[in-house]
Amino acid sequence: MTTAGASNSSAGKDIAVYGCLLALAGIQFLIAYSDITASQMFVRMLIVAMVEAGVALLFFMHLWENRGLKWFVIIFTVAVILGMQYGWTDSFRLSNGVPWAK
Amino acid sequence: MSQADLSIHAQVSRSEATEVMTAPTFSVPAKKMAMWLFIIADSATFAGCLVAYGFIRNASANWPRPFHGITNVALMTLILLTSSLTMMFAVRHAESGDTAKAFRWTLITAVCGIMFAALHLREWFGMIGEGATLFHNPWGTPLFSSLFFSITGLHLLHVTGGVVALIVVGLRYRGGRYNADDLEITGLYWHFVDLVWMFVVPLVYLLNLAH
Repeated sequence: MTTAGASNSSAGKDIAVYGCLLALAGIQFLIAYSDITASQMFVRMLIVAMVEAGVALLFFMHLWENRGLKWFVIIFTVAVILGMQYGWTDSFRLSNGVPWAK
Repeated sequence: MSQADLSIHAQVSRSEATEVMTAPTFSVPAKKMAMWLFIIADSATFAGCLVAYGFIRNASANWPRPFHGITNVALMTLILLTSSLTMMFAVRHAESGDTAKAFRWTLITAVCGIMFAALHLREWFGMIGEGATLFHNPWGTPLFSSLFFSITGLHLLHVTGGVVALIVVGLRYRGGRYNADDLEITGLYWHFVDLVWMFVVPLVYLLNLAH
């Protein structure tokens, strides 16, 4: 594939990802006007937001192309979240959240 | 083997050893790894803010839903998503060596960021004009406006910083001081700013639409 051809296919892929993100944002706006409870709306919007974030992370931030970095980001992020959830020494977590607190 | 050969062999071994010692972790350059670590940390900050917002919203009895239209927030979302696309174009051109086009697309991205910030400030001034401030809310609990201005203000601060970074890095890239990797790393930050907005819009705006 020539450089120009590779460049065109990359631009095409970027525009396709952009279209996906626009569609997902549009779905969020449609959910906002649907006749459902607030908690259902919250869950559905959060799922769509996470799919959007995943698409942006994989394709716009190049994690799809770099497997090692992708796993590092996933593992490190989960470790940070678990550390904050179970290691934070605030009273709520010490009373309720941490398994060994009870 | 002569002394000169031994000396060259030692130099090669030393340079190979140096290369092995400085090989980036997971084959990622140190600058990019640093940006990723910053993005993960900043994501934790925003996650904390949004989770706290969710708890407070659920716990408040008179939580208002003051947003009557979605035009402004839809336009802001469109602009920010488009700016991510233009940033991708800038990085692609930088990787292919086209400095002029890469700089042009970087500037377009920065302009999109400025447009986003202008629309955001216009919205803020509209709400302030209706009586909503950081400590007062005419529609219900003052926690609503406190959280709204805090979360969107934090995001706007990130957007502003990103615009400055794009302009500075773009100019230095065009001047030859920075390379395509540096532009890509700045692009990573810009995509992160867009990613955060994807969570702010539904939680702060769309869940508070007046029906």
